[in-house]
Amino acid sequence: MSIVLPRKGSAQIGAFILILLINWLVSPQFFDLRLQDGRLFGSLVDVFNRGAPVMLLAMGMVLVIATRGIDLSVGAVMAISGAVAATLADSHSIVICLGAALGVGLLCGLWNGILVAVLRIQPIVATLILMVAGRGIAQLITEGRIVTFTSRDLAWFGGGSLFGVPAPVVLAVVALVVALALVRGTALGLMIEATGANAEASRLAGIDTRLMTVAVYMWCGFCASLAGVIVAADILGADANNAGLWLELDAILAVVIGGPSLFGGRFSLVLAVLGGLIIQAMNTGILLSGYPPELNLVIKATVVLVVLLLQTPRLIAFKDRLFRGTR
Amino acid sequence: MRRHLPVLVTTVVFLLGFLFCAIQYPNIASTRVVMNLFTDNAFLGILAVGMTFVIISGGIDLSVGSVIAFTTVFLALAIGNWGLSPGMAFVLVLGITALFGAAMGAIIHHFEVPPFIVTLAGMFLARGVAFLMSTESLPIDAALYQEVASFSIHLPGGGRLRIIGMMMLLVFLLGGIVLHYTRFGTNVFALGGGRTTTALMGVRVGRITVAIYMLSSLLAGLAGIVFSFYTASGYSLTGVGVELDTIAAVVIGGTLLSGGAGTMFGTFIGIMIQGLIQTYITFDGSLSSWWIKIVTGLLLFLFIVLQQLLTHLARRATTGAGEKDTQARP
Amino acid sequence: MNQAESEASDLLRIRRLSKTYPGGFRALKTVDFTVRAGEIHALLGENGAGKSTLIKTITGITLRDDGEVWLDGREIHPRNGEEAQAAGIATVYQEVALLPNLSVAQNLFLGRQPTRFGLVREGEMGRRSRQLLQGFGLDIDVSAPLGEFSVAVQHIVAIARAVDLSAKVLILDEPTASLDAREVEVLFTVMRQLKSQGMGIVFVTHFLDQVHAICDRLTVLRNGGLVGERTVAGLPRMELVRMMLGRDLEAVETARSRSHRDTVVDRGAVPAVQAVGLGKHGAVAPFDMILREGEVLGLSGLLGSGRTETARLIFGVDRADQGELRVDGTSVRLLGPRDALRLGFGFCPEERKTEGIVAELSVRENIILALQARAGWLRPLSRKRQDEVADRFIKLLDIRPDDPDKPIGLLSGGNQQKAVLARWLATGPRVLILDEPTRGIDVGAHAEIIRLIRKLCDEGLALLVISSEVEEIVSYADRVTVLRDRHHVAELTGDEVTEQRVLTSIAAT
Repeated sequence: MSIVLPRKGSAQIGAFILILLINWLVSPQFFDLRLQDGRLFGSLVDVFNRGAPVMLLAMGMVLVIATRGIDLSVGAVMAISGAVAATLADSHSIVICLGAALGVGLLCGLWNGILVAVLRIQPIVATLILMVAGRGIAQLITEGRIVTFTSRDLAWFGGGSLFGVPAPVVLAVVALVVALALVRGTALGLMIEATGANAEASRLAGIDTRLMTVAVYMWCGFCASLAGVIVAADILGADANNAGLWLELDAILAVVIGGPSLFGGRFSLVLAVLGGLIIQAMNTGILLSGYPPELNLVIKATVVLVVLLLQTPRLIAFKDRLFRGTR
Repeated sequence: MRRHLPVLVTTVVFLLGFLFCAIQYPNIASTRVVMNLFTDNAFLGILAVGMTFVIISGGIDLSVGSVIAFTTVFLALAIGNWGLSPGMAFVLVLGITALFGAAMGAIIHHFEVPPFIVTLAGMFLARGVAFLMSTESLPIDAALYQEVASFSIHLPGGGRLRIIGMMMLLVFLLGGIVLHYTRFGTNVFALGGGRTTTALMGVRVGRITVAIYMLSSLLAGLAGIVFSFYTASGYSLTGVGVELDTIAAVVIGGTLLSGGAGTMFGTFIGIMIQGLIQTYITFDGSLSSWWIKIVTGLLLFLFIVLQQLLTHLARRATTGAGEKDTQARP
Repeated sequence: MNQAESEASDLLRIRRLSKTYPGGFRALKTVDFTVRAGEIHALLGENGAGKSTLIKTITGITLRDDGEVWLDGREIHPRNGEEAQAAGIATVYQEVALLPNLSVAQNLFLGRQPTRFGLVREGEMGRRSRQLLQGFGLDIDVSAPLGEFSVAVQHIVAIARAVDLSAKVLILDEPTASLDAREVEVLFTVMRQLKSQGMGIVFVTHFLDQVHAICDRLTVLRNGGLVGERTVAGLPRMELVRMMLGRDLEAVETARSRSHRDTVVDRGAVPAVQAVGLGKHGAVAPFDMILREGEVLGLSGLLGSGRTETARLIFGVDRADQGELRVDGTSVRLLGPRDALRLGFGFCPEERKTEGIVAELSVRENIILALQARAGWLRPLSRKRQDEVADRFIKLLDIRPDDPDKPIGLLSGGNQQKAVLARWLATGPRVLILDEPTRGIDVGAHAEIIRLIRKLCDEGLALLVISSEVEEIVSYADRVTVLRDRHHVAELTGDEVTEQRVLTSIAAT
């Protein structure tokens, strides 16, 4: 298993460090850390803590995009699993509560995967269905209210800590390690990349491309549901209307920042997660600088466009190099 | 017959749904309720006209909800703070939104970036600018707004056709004519049938793409104006998620989400179906609003599967030009 | 007819056209080609012969390196399809380049619809469309979407559009590939009519019957070079097949190298693979076939004769709808390539770019792909094992450059082919299916792959090899099955396996 950062990630790492430095200039206490009640606090910790949901979504989305797909429903899935977790938290054990919330996420992923891989509906169309209906389902579960809970077990997932590290960060890191182990420790990574790069050739080589496609959507659903649980645990309640709102866009943005291509093939989990962190670092920076947080959206839009336009000539050059000499 | 099947199914679904509602709540079958359908969904209808063009051309526009928010805030500030006349403000805002759409279209065409991601950026941008202009709900206080609000044509049965309802009907009518009876409309269909083929047949694909997104944003601006009439205020949080409602209405209206087929009439019925669900839930009183989303999602699923089935059958019947040319990939 | 006269009646004249693609593949080598006014000229050749490149350079889709294109006494330099169309060269492709979702009339008039006050005059457009199509003997509902009509009708609509845009030369690129006999006849009627109006028609096909039925002259290309130009009338079928597939007549008599072989095949034993009445509607008619270990079975036939379809059925890429497949005497049902892989089959497809290599992945990953697929995702090959396998095959097959981490898309065709071969050899297969293993690769790699085929056979593999190169196939095949029009028509064994016999079987009517 290798967690070595690819050399191609230097731009992203550079960008991340640059943003952190800017944040430090804006707010000199940025790198200050303090331990309080056995938990680390500080702006830098905040970047990781607040960024955990997007990091998780990016982990899921990057694999979907690697197979040339897209999952628009992650925000809605977050809302559903958050609603499930919050509803069950006070009446059931944490195991059942968590199992149900994550199970629902897997189920949503299975639904998306079947639509894409078996019914062969375009991913953007297939996941749109759950994007529209999902929030309604979440509201159905919470009966339109903001469901609050008092379970301290569930609350740990949002506000708890392990050895001083906030629980969301721990969960994101654990998920990343599990993902890396699954993807790079087994042959899944190769098979997913092959499926995304050339599905027909992969099928002829004996890879079960259909299974790969369903699997990545299920993984994406799982990540989204974990993110949903974290968000619900953080606010000690489930808000079906707003939980995960627009986060699908942040997840796609994270992959765009971290990944080389929106068109399938090679992917990097670590870089996608880094993309998520970059987004959060920008958020935090704007907050610290005293600019209106509304500026965030404008900056995100600009970043998407700049990154995409930077990629374009590269894409074209890559295309030329790759398909030179074909008839 | 197959080509009219989706819109036929939509119409039948609407009529049956209307019948079902009318049997349960006879009041629904009144001009009052029907006219309210028009008034309440006017902005959504205008958006859907633009979205129909975009989707038929094989694209998608996620920015429309944000453009509405931008427009209402802009109008509120322009009329309330900058002292512009409403007419002047309308012209200005329509110009800005049209330019905005044209820019998105140009990026989509020249840089070959998928439409959903460009319009996603557009969505952030428009909403962000709206936020930056104001985060508060600003009342719009102009004589024109009161006149628009008070004017209506009385129909027998107590219905009132208001100006914004008329505007929606007019936009649908004009949109239908442009889509179905002009060269531009045919080119939009051609683009959805296959971009490369269309270019090979001598159509200026770039120009058409820019025009389509320009039209969509322009209509989103108009929908924003209508929305400001409806609420007499400007607020940067209006229209969140409206793009999804719009896309759903267009698809339920029988337009192929992958492009190339659809009708303006179908979109109109799609809007009416969504309005009907909403009205039914209001009449029922015990049902909750989230059923709108669930039922919409269900309808969306059924229509997408139906279309998938039809496409599959059509492909089986004939090969040859049946396949769309695939998108260029790196 | 003297030289001057013949030049005068040349409508399209191409001189010394050459095209080398980046990467060094010479697709066209100083090819001459002429089309006269009022003739139908067949352009023939197997896949990779250079037909498509020739057409693309004429129509400006690909830019030529060298040579001249003269149309009607004027040299032209079209830079894209539109400019070629404007100059008077119209092209109708096998995949109809029209829009299936638009109506027939809209397809005919896209971009030039009659309008009044900005509105399209539907009635007028429909009337003119009907009129135009009636000229082609077609009476259809022009307001219906094009996609609802048969491919033949779509082709005629495409031709009508092209002709209506005032074409002098019409290029038909394999229009008959997916038409039935009646539809072909309709198309021929249209072609004859256009011919009588003085148009020059280039007709690309691989159906020799059709060449004889409708063409006046023909030009044959092979491996990017011109083989010859002939008048169709009086040209023996055998001669034509030889032009397309064979090489010079004198060379035919070379000795068969398989005659003295090291291994002895036990013909009484249960065959490794046996097909009994295996077939798929629309792809290939039911056939029987036996594959023995230590034996090469060659599949010969022209393009479109059902060669690839046969291979795809045996590897389970397409599912057979009749007959059965037996492996070691036991009936098996293949649901997909994965089942074939488990049985120890391997398959190198003809379409290397789209079905063979995974361009973005490295050479190493491409080589271990099938091995890994068989092991399953849970049992990843260690990096060390991957390197071993990759290095072994890179050495064994002399894949260059020998960098296993280079994306395979950057390698030359021959080396890509070797890597795909390596992918299957790495699985230690007992049955290997090679579809055109030597197509589009350089001479050196060509010889190596043939040596490899022999070696694998001697090692006891059962091989099924498809090739258009007849002299090549007879040099290594123990038996040759000949296909024609999607039927297995002959099986040649022992001394019958000669170039002459194969060509005769292909050409027989």
